[in-house]
Amino acid sequence: MTTTANVIEVKPRKPWKATPTDRATTAFVLLMGLVIAAAAVKFTGLSGKLGFVFAFVIAATALEVFFSIRKYGRKALGDSIATSLIYVGATATFLPVASILLITLKNGVKGLRWNLFTTDMFNASFLDPIGNGGLLHALIGTLLLIVIAMILSVPMGIMTALYLTEIRGKGSNLIQFVVQAMSGVPSVVAGLFIFTSVILITPLKTSAAAGALALTILMIPTVTRTSQEVLLLVPGDLREAGLAMGATQWKTVATIVVPAARNGLITATILGVARIAGETAPLIFTIGGADKLNLNPFKDYQSALPFYVWKGLTLGTPESIQRSWSAILILLILVLALFTTARTLGGRRMK
Amino acid sequence: MTTENSSNENSAENQEGAEMTTETASSSLANISQAHNLGKRAPGTHVMGSGLEARGVHAWFGKHHALSNVSLDFSAGTVTALIGPSGCGKSTFIRTLNRMHEFIPSAAMAGEVLLDGKDVYAAGTDVTKIRLQIGMVFQKPNPFPSMTIGENVLSGLKLAQLKVDNKDDLLEECLVRAGLWKEVKDRLGAHAGGLSGGQQQRLCIARSLAVKPKVLLMDEPCSALDPGSTLRIEDTINELASSMTIIIVTHNMQQAARVSDYTAFFLSEGGPGQMIEVAPTNEIFSRPRDKRTENYVSGRFG
Repeated sequence: MTTTANVIEVKPRKPWKATPTDRATTAFVLLMGLVIAAAAVKFTGLSGKLGFVFAFVIAATALEVFFSIRKYGRKALGDSIATSLIYVGATATFLPVASILLITLKNGVKGLRWNLFTTDMFNASFLDPIGNGGLLHALIGTLLLIVIAMILSVPMGIMTALYLTEIRGKGSNLIQFVVQAMSGVPSVVAGLFIFTSVILITPLKTSAAAGALALTILMIPTVTRTSQEVLLLVPGDLREAGLAMGATQWKTVATIVVPAARNGLITATILGVARIAGETAPLIFTIGGADKLNLNPFKDYQSALPFYVWKGLTLGTPESIQRSWSAILILLILVLALFTTARTLGGRRMK
Repeated sequence: MTTENSSNENSAENQEGAEMTTETASSSLANISQAHNLGKRAPGTHVMGSGLEARGVHAWFGKHHALSNVSLDFSAGTVTALIGPSGCGKSTFIRTLNRMHEFIPSAAMAGEVLLDGKDVYAAGTDVTKIRLQIGMVFQKPNPFPSMTIGENVLSGLKLAQLKVDNKDDLLEECLVRAGLWKEVKDRLGAHAGGLSGGQQQRLCIARSLAVKPKVLLMDEPCSALDPGSTLRIEDTINELASSMTIIIVTHNMQQAARVSDYTAFFLSEGGPGQMIEVAPTNEIFSRPRDKRTENYVSGRFG
């Protein structure tokens, strides 16, 4: 107990973090890399942005290797080369994503008007100034499509995954094969399939529901395969513990396995929605593309944000292209909002 | 030998009609350890290995203060057992010794850990060199699944980029010292997954020996093993003690008594874990200075 008095005075340290010297070295490496790269572009055959980046990567890696060998010896060679390559790879992955987001934000914000969220295009043309008309119909259409596709494909996907991981019945191999094959189906084929097998011959005509059916075909394999992976991660001990308490297989799955994989199943759903949220091709044959707000998902032509974007871009006037940028931005925000909601709802009970 | 002695004594006492009180239990533990120490390693004769010294070590996980102000001196060539109830910071403590604590993102520490007088947390220290000198055997046997038995033993050479003249000799030496050679010498090319739990754990010990550590940390190495395998590993520890410093976390007090020269008792009383008492093992079990230690070693709690 006497030591508790000392405890408060002792400060937690993290001696494994980079020291000021380490940080200075890193800064020096990056700075010198830039200088050498600039010099290389100026005085040698290398030219342009690509040449600059190339020279920078080589120079910075060489400097990094030099400093770590001086500090840790020859053993550090592989380590610092690998570190540099990983940074290059991470940057090469991050840059395109970041630039897509930034450009969308930059171009999209210019066209954001309140009327976009309150009106449809029934009384306006794509060629009108951005203050006329809006994309409410497309926003509602996308929401309807996503919700219906989720209602159809999340239970189906998870049930299929449960069949493959928990029941492992005779059909497992065949279903596994079909799911894998389905994940390679081009999205336009899914649209054509629903067009020929549903819209042409059943009472369900061109509508949000028909579009959602096409999207479901694309979403099921993603949900199934991701769910399968996370269900496989649930330790077998847990299943045995459940069964050993006299539970039926279904009770074990429902009260132990699925809750244990809960976060992963939410991720599976999110990945599934991400797969379909931006799809345009399967909608061309199935929702028709209305300009008027349509709240009935089972009847009449419907619109969707990707469809709206596609329409605006094909028209090609400055006004219509501006509409498309704004619609892309709104689609991104919508998807982000859906993901955040799913994560918050899913993470809530874990604590 | 040692177990026979103690059981004879116990039965003698029982015949005299004395009840099996906690005192007799703890004194028989002390006898085990005395007999063992006299037979194997008299204090003061250790020269090999390297000394390790913890000075005022604290450990945190985020805001949670897990370990407070532990100072322990592990002389070269001794075996020290760390005992105490679960959650008292023993494992956290030994993981600060070879700098494995820092793998937890929110981790922090304070204090010094001196290996041969040099702080392993000093700025500019090559952490891979530290871990090379302070080997570790984990609670669950963890042989590398993609490697054969032989490859597992020699994996340290590859991982730490060391060169050795005669790999076959080293392989045999490590397996002999870990007490596994006879059982596996004909199937060095087989995968390690086919070994029993006890064999896998001795393989892990052999693996950590191949890089010639000066200190060996063992985090409950026998907790998943049967008594036979446990005995084999304790023999291995006795064998190794002459050439390196060993620190072993154990929940088994008989084991602490059988293998260690010194025992340190850790306890958390609601707050951070603390080291309550350290003494030569026979003293801890026969005349502990602290009441809490006495309660623990006599089995009154924990």
